[in-house]
Amino acid sequence: MKVAVLKGGRSLERGVSLRSGARVEDALERLGHETVAIDAGGDLVRRLAAAQPEIAFVAMHGLGGEDGTVQELLEILGIPFTGPPVAACARCIDKVLAKHELRGAGVPTPDWFAFNETAFRELGAGDALGGLEQRLGFPLVVKPSRGGSALGVKFAADRSEVPEALVSAFSYDSRVLLERFVEGREVAVSVLGGEALPVVEAIPGGGDRYDFEARYEIGRTDFVCPAELGEGEAAAVTGAALGAYEALGCAGFSRVDLILADDGPQVLEVNAIPGLTDTSLLPQAAEAAGMTFEQLVDRILDLALSAASAVP
Amino acid sequence: MEETPHRRRAHTRSSDLARYAGLFAARTGVMRSSAMRDLMAVTARPEVISLAGGLPDTSTFPAATFAAQMTRIAQESTAEALQYGPTEGFAETVDCIIEVMGAEGMLPDPDDVIVTTGGQQAIDLICKTLVDPGDVVVCEAPTYPGAVPVFCSYQAETIQIDCDEDGMRIEDLEAVLARLDGEGRRPKFVYSVPSFQNPAGVTMSLERRRRLVELARRRELLVVEDNPYGLLRFGGEPLPPLYQLDGGDFVIYVGTFSKILSPGIRLGWAVAPPPVMEKIVLGKQASDLCTSTLTQHFVREYFSERRWQEYIADLIGIYRGRRDTMVAALREHFPAEATWTEPEGGLFIWATLPEYIDTSDLLAKALREDVAFVPGQAAYVDESRGRSSMRLNFSGVGDEEIREGVRRIGRVIAEQVDLYKALTVAKGPEGSPGTPGREAEDVPVDEGAVLPFRKKESTG
Repeated sequence: MKVAVLKGGRSLERGVSLRSGARVEDALERLGHETVAIDAGGDLVRRLAAAQPEIAFVAMHGLGGEDGTVQELLEILGIPFTGPPVAACARCIDKVLAKHELRGAGVPTPDWFAFNETAFRELGAGDALGGLEQRLGFPLVVKPSRGGSALGVKFAADRSEVPEALVSAFSYDSRVLLERFVEGREVAVSVLGGEALPVVEAIPGGGDRYDFEARYEIGRTDFVCPAELGEGEAAAVTGAALGAYEALGCAGFSRVDLILADDGPQVLEVNAIPGLTDTSLLPQAAEAAGMTFEQLVDRILDLALSAASAVP
Repeated sequence: MEETPHRRRAHTRSSDLARYAGLFAARTGVMRSSAMRDLMAVTARPEVISLAGGLPDTSTFPAATFAAQMTRIAQESTAEALQYGPTEGFAETVDCIIEVMGAEGMLPDPDDVIVTTGGQQAIDLICKTLVDPGDVVVCEAPTYPGAVPVFCSYQAETIQIDCDEDGMRIEDLEAVLARLDGEGRRPKFVYSVPSFQNPAGVTMSLERRRRLVELARRRELLVVEDNPYGLLRFGGEPLPPLYQLDGGDFVIYVGTFSKILSPGIRLGWAVAPPPVMEKIVLGKQASDLCTSTLTQHFVREYFSERRWQEYIADLIGIYRGRRDTMVAALREHFPAEATWTEPEGGLFIWATLPEYIDTSDLLAKALREDVAFVPGQAAYVDESRGRSSMRLNFSGVGDEEIREGVRRIGRVIAEQVDLYKALTVAKGPEGSPGTPGREAEDVPVDEGAVLPFRKKESTG
């Protein structure tokens, strides 16, 4: 089969995406497919038209590739693609939208307040901060609404640190959220075709738990898969993850990041197209479930093809 | 490129990762990936105006000269240019080095010189020769971002001494040395880029140079002088290198052809006292046997034309103009709260913003405007420092791009300044849980970025 592997692009996660894409291409070739690697740029449509792929494997992360933009284009071109559909991508990339959906569906997620930059610049939203801080408590977490990585995510230990954290978060998006900090174990559940893979726990090797580099560096964070969880804990985590996956309309595959607190799991975010690099969590979880990387890629292709054939 | 048939290695499974992780040397645990690697990956996009690089201008190097010299080497020195060479480098290359150092008033013994693969290898070999895990290395704050990973990979405990407009603050250095004395420790060396420092652009004053050399002699302390930019002076009076002041007893000198000729030829050098050099040579043998003989031939040919100083004079003219352009653009486009150095040579300006601006985050915003710089944290071992500073390069891009690049950075800074003010000036009603404590008007500057806020102390 002729598969276009879409990677790179202009997002801040370009580097990770290039590594994901290279690894996928390799697996596809081993599976006997013909691959056309495309670094998504201004000539994307032209190159897709020239290549005439039967399917596109989207190995892009962050804005442009993981937010529904590329997926929309592929729909227009009539090319089936891997991973979640347009709407799910759009919901996952926007943490504020995603949290509204999660809460609406009864999936636990930490309390939050969201702000547009305009609210601060033009509507005096700064005056509302104090009350919100009281309701969320300190420390609180400040995040850009859109963006797949930990870039721009800051802790504010007290009130004086909030404005600076907001300025940082607004560097990445015009909408940010202030979120209640939930203490607990950091776990991730990869979902493949609606089924949860074994839970991965990330145990930071010290320092800042939201260290962007640590997510992609071997040896900076210890990953335990399957995570050592009690039966009840595992069921609660998996249940919350599947609930989130469904609430956001994901299909194919995605990864749900959660905090397992004393009183149960809380969903932080859903990554529509999680990393597929050597150190990424989805491949690790698949391996723990007995799948090789080739089998994982093969299954992702199958899911995309059957979804495409189901569409009238 | 993608269409080329190739064979990739078998993919790595997580069990393999665990196996490799068990094999890694302890030093890899403290090796830093280059700062903000993923952000920097985006800076390579062709549409990005990059003020992030440290690139000298190579566009004005005469193509005909380059072609003629390479042809002559190919025709007349085929066998030798393709062969291994001595670990110390060719004597002819060393002659060129002596000539370059002579232009700054230094007279090294040719036997004290080793030709290295760029100045970077010289730094690496010096560390390899002198540093055991846990040893103390002292350098400037901010320091050359490329030196930080070297110190880290040899597991040095790196102590940074703040700079001001006259370079490393020698009083602070003395205080650190005294503290270390109290702990029964001493640094293996003090690393300094005294002239047109990377990244700060500042130059160590003559008085401080004398004090540093005197202090080194008194304490029998080694100083590593890294001097890539000394000949690229476009304002003020030349100052003697530390090596000249010291005579080479306690100063190990690092030089390079990168900024006066070409970084692509990867030719640098180190000058060290004989006992140190003996070990450096052994280290170099283990690392790569010898420096490229092909490019050493090129340097020999190039210097034989006797026009290398003219070329530097041309570069100085270009860089002076670009610095002026950048300084003018900074005045026009950066906010009143920002400060920056105005170097008399070299390639870099160091700008410092109000402390509430994190330049790593600012870079993400700037990249959306297709412009890049180096966030200041790259110049610190402690990554929590330098957060509100940035390094701007003016040598690698033309005047128009400098103006446009600075204009775009200025715009994203202005947006952040406005936003911060909107966040902090807001006043809630009396008694409401309301306002964050700090007023935008009295925002303190980042204490980590002494440059250029603290004025020089009266003692120099």
